[in-house]
Amino acid sequence: MTSHKNCRYLLSSLSEYVDGSLDEALCQEIEKHMEGCEDCQIVINTLQKTVDLYHKTTEPPDIPSDVRARLFKRLNLDEFLSG
Amino acid sequence: MNDSITNPEFDITALQNGDRAEFARMVEAYSGQIYRLALKMLQNQQDAEDILQETFIKAYHALPQFESRSSLSTWLYRIATNEALMFLRRKHPHQISVEQPSNDEAQPVPLEIVDWCCLPESELISAEARVYLEKAVEMLPHSLRVVFLLRDIEGLSTRDTAEVLDLSEGAVKTRLSRARLQLREILSVYYRERVNIATQAGEV
Repeated sequence: MTSHKNCRYLLSSLSEYVDGSLDEALCQEIEKHMEGCEDCQIVINTLQKTVDLYHKTTEPPDIPSDVRARLFKRLNLDEFLSG
Repeated sequence: MNDSITNPEFDITALQNGDRAEFARMVEAYSGQIYRLALKMLQNQQDAEDILQETFIKAYHALPQFESRSSLSTWLYRIATNEALMFLRRKHPHQISVEQPSNDEAQPVPLEIVDWCCLPESELISAEARVYLEKAVEMLPHSLRVVFLLRDIEGLSTRDTAEVLDLSEGAVKTRLSRARLQLREILSVYYRERVNIATQAGEV
């Protein structure tokens, strides 16, 4: 990857690229570059997968019932503690 | 992600007047998110619980000054993040603070070039892989970890994350990019082994 001097320059845009929030011109530049650079394809694919994996494995927020009970007690909200 | 509970309607006036039932409703709505963030930032249940309690105590006292420019959840994230970062600074005084740009801004050059995307889902999110995913986040420096957690785990926008951390949107993007590239690097080391094992077994 370091042998391609464009790669380093494009690197800082990859995160926005996988979010789909990069401007059109830079997107095209990345896609054009990827056609001829297998290493960059792998970096982009695995970066995308990294972000997807975290999104996929993030559970809905949850709080253990004992932690919740102590929080309500500390805030003097015991009377509102239900469920 | 938490889209469904990001913006429940609260009676701000009642909250500012010390309405305890409304405050309890707010605690109920946001305590899960705040606890998750604190836990992932501090990796210790007792410390996370302390930060959770401090956040809502501070919020209760600061509510009269709350201006509706930001959403209630962004405001709570801001209090919680400040508490957690202060805690980390006390615990690890040598670590670079979140405000300090230093060499954080440079993007790490990818070293691991292994295509592990082809691994089956059962490998990518196995119980063992999930532990590794968590560990990888713990390996990030605080200044990058907090940005990653707010953006990719809590699902805040770039703008809200910038507001929570008092950073420019550009700085948030740069740090998120750096965090994700580092995570990609760490995960590649783990998944490369899985690819090797699968290849030897003739599965991929």
